[in-house]
Amino acid sequence: MSATFLGMPGNFPENSRKAVHDSQLRFNLRKATHTIRGKRASVVGELPDWQELRAAGKAIKEHTLRNLDRYLIRLEAAVTAAGGTVHWARDAAEANRIVTGLVKATGETEVVKVKSMATQEIELNQALAEQGITAYETDLAELIVQLGDDFPSHILVPAIHRNRSEIREIFLDRMPGVSPDLTDDPPALAEAARLHLRERFLRSKVAISGANFMVAETGTLVVLESEGNGRMCLTLPETLISVVGIEKLLPSWRDLEVFLQLLPRSSTGERMNPYTSMWTGAVEGQDFHLVLLDNGRTDVLADEVGRQALRCIRCSACLNVCPVYERAGGHAYGSVYPGPIGAILTPQLRGMSSELDASLPYASSLCGACYEVCPVAIDIPEVLVDLRAKAPHAAAERAGMKVAGWIFNDHRRLARAQRAATRLRKLVPKRLPGPLSAWTDTRDVPEIPEESFRDWWERNERA
Amino acid sequence: MSAREEILARVRRAVAGAEDVEIPRGYRAGRPAEGAVEGLVELFAERVDDYRAVVHVVPAAEVPAKIDACLGGRRVIVPDGFGRAGGWDDLDTADGVVTTCAVAIAETGTIVLDHGPGQGTRAQTLVPDYHLCVVRADQIVAGVPEAVARLDPARPLTWISGPSATSDIELNRVEGVHGPRTLEVIIST
Repeated sequence: MSATFLGMPGNFPENSRKAVHDSQLRFNLRKATHTIRGKRASVVGELPDWQELRAAGKAIKEHTLRNLDRYLIRLEAAVTAAGGTVHWARDAAEANRIVTGLVKATGETEVVKVKSMATQEIELNQALAEQGITAYETDLAELIVQLGDDFPSHILVPAIHRNRSEIREIFLDRMPGVSPDLTDDPPALAEAARLHLRERFLRSKVAISGANFMVAETGTLVVLESEGNGRMCLTLPETLISVVGIEKLLPSWRDLEVFLQLLPRSSTGERMNPYTSMWTGAVEGQDFHLVLLDNGRTDVLADEVGRQALRCIRCSACLNVCPVYERAGGHAYGSVYPGPIGAILTPQLRGMSSELDASLPYASSLCGACYEVCPVAIDIPEVLVDLRAKAPHAAAERAGMKVAGWIFNDHRRLARAQRAATRLRKLVPKRLPGPLSAWTDTRDVPEIPEESFRDWWERNERA
Repeated sequence: MSAREEILARVRRAVAGAEDVEIPRGYRAGRPAEGAVEGLVELFAERVDDYRAVVHVVPAAEVPAKIDACLGGRRVIVPDGFGRAGGWDDLDTADGVVTTCAVAIAETGTIVLDHGPGQGTRAQTLVPDYHLCVVRADQIVAGVPEAVARLDPARPLTWISGPSATSDIELNRVEGVHGPRTLEVIIST
């Protein structure tokens, strides 16, 4: 896609204010998130051992991250032994350089792509375009986004903000050779995508993918998908390049028994997604390259509270259940990772130097629904609160907090402050002046009691 | 320092002093397969049918005739080792493919191909629009853990749960995108 998230202006409150006034967007999001919530709840409810699977998933990821160096070396050895080539990339620029170089070495100027969050994060398509290489997205939702020159707004379904009639319009406008009689019936739209991409699959010599999991023990890569575009890209081209974040690792083959139950049920709300491909090294004569991507992940790993975000398996259950995401939509987050997980991942991966990134830890009501549904039990509210403390704060706010801290730190000071507040209670307005009105526009000022509990207790204890 | 050494050094610095954890495996695993328990064939058939695939449960002796009936006049790829004469050779013009499988999962209605004898290459089960898969009852296991234990990670594996589908339009499952749009399963008992 030609659009890019990096350097996006604004902040979350401004972006979401615009989004909530888009009634079509709100309707589309509400419909889609409620559909998927229901499906997820039903297939998760079918498994009597869901909480045990969740506990295992969490612990496997924690153990992997604790021993990440050891398992990365093991993975490298296994992939190499199976005929693959492993590359290491410190950051986005290095990963893009490696992939561009590999594509150029084949002499090809076109590549097909399987939906991949990692390559979106590093903006690989733009880097390839600068070198004269065209990347074709093959996932239906990615195709809708790419053809519409749009931004992805959801981890799993990047075009969730579009309904069927908008998708039809995009196809009619932008898809070469599409039938003018195309209807907005979903099977008809899927058929149009099938015809559009068929030749490209059969002709392409190079494919680029990500991976949902990598198994250190065996060197196996795993891609879950629905449409078959993944299978097309993974099997038909002569060269396959997979760009995968270093946290996508699992220690042993057996660990897949946990994640192949957690992921499909959490993401598309199915007992199993239609297609899962697993391959180890170079298969059926293919040339296989694995690019291991850091790009800020080791910084996240160094944070004792924030590192749990690296357990994420990108299921998007937290997006679908989030009351803030449902109303604001994915674009407001200004990142390929929207929703609750994005609100903790983006500021950690990119830092909080931009206004947008510093506003993300506040893109939540801290209701905790995201933690409840997370298949690897990431305590998103905990990380949000921790990031709020680390985010830059205005001088007036810092000074105010300092005074409050000074008062709360000593019970005599607190008692004196409470008595002063009690005496002045009639003078406190219902709506606060100046910038404080942002609080009272939507909330009541707490009523100050005639007597503080501490004073009441003192009086009654004495009596 | 190479990127590899630098990333590994960063990882070691990041996790220094962090505690390791035990992995609790209290979930269901190691359940007996069809043959030892009743009902897996029925559960598998029901779950495959939920994906809007076509399912037939047929005694072993009647399977060849059932295959003929299913294939009708289609030009079908018959992979090496399938044990059936004839077959179409050209992938681009084939109407379908007929295969066996490596293992099947009752709880999720999944068939897994390891592309061994009778299962064809990955492309052969992908490009044609119709896939007929023959599953022996003794290949059906209860759930995902039992299937993972039976599979060989050194082989390329394709897990198939119903026909090609997408959830990309309003998060509803719609059958039929790039993979075979029709999946038919014969369970041989």
